[in-house]
Amino acid sequence: MIAAAPCIDPAADALWALLETIPDPEIPVVSIVDLGIVRAVDISARRVALTPTYSGCPATLTIEADVRAALDAHGFADFAIETMLAPPWTTDWISETGKAKLAAYGIAPPSLAARPNCPLCGSVDTIEVSRFGSTPCKAQWRCSACLEPFDRFKCH
Amino acid sequence: MPSLPVIEPDVQAKARGKAPEGAFDPRDDSDHAGLAFEYALRLGDDALILGQRLAEWCGHAPSVEVDLSLANIALDLIGQATLFLDHAGALEGKGRDGDRLAFHRDVLDWRNCLMVEQPNGDFAQTMARQFLFSTWHELLLTMLSDSADAQIAAVAAKGVKEVAYHRELAAEWVVRLGDGTADSRARMVAGLDWMWRFIPELFASEEVLAPLLARGVAADPAAFRDEYDRRIVAVMSEAGLDLPPPQRAILGGRQGHHGEHLGHLLAVMQALPRTMPGEKW
Repeated sequence: MIAAAPCIDPAADALWALLETIPDPEIPVVSIVDLGIVRAVDISARRVALTPTYSGCPATLTIEADVRAALDAHGFADFAIETMLAPPWTTDWISETGKAKLAAYGIAPPSLAARPNCPLCGSVDTIEVSRFGSTPCKAQWRCSACLEPFDRFKCH
Repeated sequence: MPSLPVIEPDVQAKARGKAPEGAFDPRDDSDHAGLAFEYALRLGDDALILGQRLAEWCGHAPSVEVDLSLANIALDLIGQATLFLDHAGALEGKGRDGDRLAFHRDVLDWRNCLMVEQPNGDFAQTMARQFLFSTWHELLLTMLSDSADAQIAAVAAKGVKEVAYHRELAAEWVVRLGDGTADSRARMVAGLDWMWRFIPELFASEEVLAPLLARGVAADPAAFRDEYDRRIVAVMSEAGLDLPPPQRAILGGRQGHHGEHLGHLLAVMQALPRTMPGEKW
């Protein structure tokens, strides 16, 4: 888990802390660090590496603009933002805090279970409505116990 | 009556004379960047044209879930296309980026296969196309994940995870419609029949790509032809469908010989950037 790696450089700590305040534009309850979108920061080379979640995720450009604005406003204006495609982003990189925040927000976090627990009532009696949900990264599910629809973050 | 064009008087004498220097030399394949550009263009064009086609369903699909599915598949494909076309532009080195390549090329300069430009038809025809293409696309991108071109490998490795979903969704619909009512079955049969003639182009071997294959940049689809056939037959037999009768293959997309459908698609897709070149949001 890159985000949790111990940083000895206080500048790196400050930068990671700053990036942790930038929300994902689609799911603002989690930060881009929680989602594993920030791949690396390099203080000496003055750069930050980001990775897109899905190839066509429309949030990618917004995220880059948000990171640029945050860097500029907090003394990291000379940092370049780079896109890192390989290795490809996976939901395995979502942090445990990120998963907990997703569940609290009403989105079942990615899991290998055949059926997710309903994030609203906790029931396991859930059914897939559609493989594709409101964004490429989510599927639509419904809880047969509380009858509420919900999103499930797809394993990717 | 119009006269015939004048024949050059010395044309035969010229032909009998000494061949110009280098006329019979083997083709120069040293232009690796040019070939790699051509190859990245194909990968991008396949994804972009199919993405644009699927986007035509937005707001028209049979149900809201299907509408979302098609729009999300389109989004994946357009994202892959952006990455491939940006890379193609970088390889070409003439300052063209993905947007320039997408919006300022005419029909003859497109290198997509003919299957992806076929009209959507009804929902069954769209799913037939998606099934036949995505099954191939997934196998191709899997191979390209090991491409010697690091950028092609990275985009392919990212795309293959997305395309696996496309294939799964389309295969489910082939079974559901093929094994459904008499009407849905007839539509799926007709859709597959329409698309079937465009499969050979996906596997056509091309001498021009030989240097790229030798360097491990491109992937040879012949390597997964058996696996492709096996996967197609497995889904169609689950759907209770017979394979369509043999048809004459239609080729030419990779050389820029497209059907009339592509021109109409480009007219819609390119209208805005061509009307207001260089305009920004």
